[in-house]
Amino acid sequence: MLNVSRAWQVLESVPDPEVPVVSVVELGIVREIAEEADGLCVVVTPTYSGCPATELIGESIREALLAAGAPDVRLQTRLDPPWTSDWLGEAARDKLRAYGIVPPEQRACGQGGAGVQPLRFVRRQLACPRCGSTDTERLSEFGSTACKATWRCRSCLEPFEYFKPI
Amino acid sequence: MTNQNTTTPGATPEHIEYVLRCADNALILGQRLSEWCGHAPVIEEDLALSNIALDLVGQARLLLTHAGTLEGRGRDEDQLAFLRVERDYRNLTLMELPNEDFGRTVLRNFLASAFQVQLWTRLVDSTDRDLAAIAAKSLKEARYHLDHSAEWVIRLGDGTALSHEKMQAALDFLWPYTAEYFTASPADEAVSQAGIGPAWSSLEADWEGLVLPVLDEATLVVPARTPFGTFGKFGRHSEHMGHLLATLQYMQRTYPGARW
Repeated sequence: MLNVSRAWQVLESVPDPEVPVVSVVELGIVREIAEEADGLCVVVTPTYSGCPATELIGESIREALLAAGAPDVRLQTRLDPPWTSDWLGEAARDKLRAYGIVPPEQRACGQGGAGVQPLRFVRRQLACPRCGSTDTERLSEFGSTACKATWRCRSCLEPFEYFKPI
Repeated sequence: MTNQNTTTPGATPEHIEYVLRCADNALILGQRLSEWCGHAPVIEEDLALSNIALDLVGQARLLLTHAGTLEGRGRDEDQLAFLRVERDYRNLTLMELPNEDFGRTVLRNFLASAFQVQLWTRLVDSTDRDLAAIAAKSLKEARYHLDHSAEWVIRLGDGTALSHEKMQAALDFLWPYTAEYFTASPADEAVSQAGIGPAWSSLEADWEGLVLPVLDEATLVVPARTPFGTFGKFGRHSEHMGHLLATLQYMQRTYPGARW
């Protein structure tokens, strides 16, 4: 029987399908793992309501744990508290930056946080993940996945993505 | 024997109708927005409108699943989304109107997401804890939808002569349909008394508080209210709804029970 602490280690190596440099644990999607009579129960909190990766993530978690020796895996979805980009740890933020995605501002969901204040015309000063210049502009609040916005650096002229605070 | 997973004590018909109305507004607007996929004027907006559609359909899935649980008749999200008849849908007529042009599309998104922000903000405190959890999640997404659409309304309203003219025409067309948000509904009285959610009629001032300053900044003139009324939330839809449902339901009607 795969124990809980080993199960956490296994899931540390399950990548997010759309941002593969971070694991489903680092993203904060896996909330809890518990041993049950006939296997493991994994509690997951989905990121965006419409994230098409949600079902794939569930399958990846199941497959990884079954392959590591869990007799059975039960997935349970938990919506409360809602997922927030604040759950990304420092290590995950560094990995995102190295991958070319600017990590989300901290405290997105707290009072006055970037995800709470009226967003209209909020000026964010983001540093380009390639050249470090802060002469950047937002092209769109939406991007290639639900969780990212599209930006452009005016110094090196490269586009880059911003993991939205939410 | 009742299945303990499919009954919630005290789920009244009004409660179920209220949740269905929330669900259907998200579903039908999401369906309309998804029509833009591959057709928006620039790729950034194609991505934005598709992402917003995905959020809305995702919210609808959560809400429909919850409505099915409250109902306790074993209907899941797919059965509710794809196999109801037109008169059982509880979305506002506003949501089913054709997209027309990009201006009208972003203006409807603006009017609708401003309402969603106000509604989800209140529903976070619902005595229905499942609904409260969906609201807390949806609120975060709705703020981004509002931000996106408000920027476009201002950019196009206070833009060129042509863009202004199109936005004013879109506002003249859409504004009368927004009255339906605030018309009294017997279900709302019961639901607000039970602490499940606010009567939508009580949200008008807060909604205007979000909407009017942006329309003003966009140099658009808000039409006066008229006796014009629509009744989509009571199941009486416009001629557009049947066409929309024909597209939405085609696959499940043709191949009942089909799964990916």
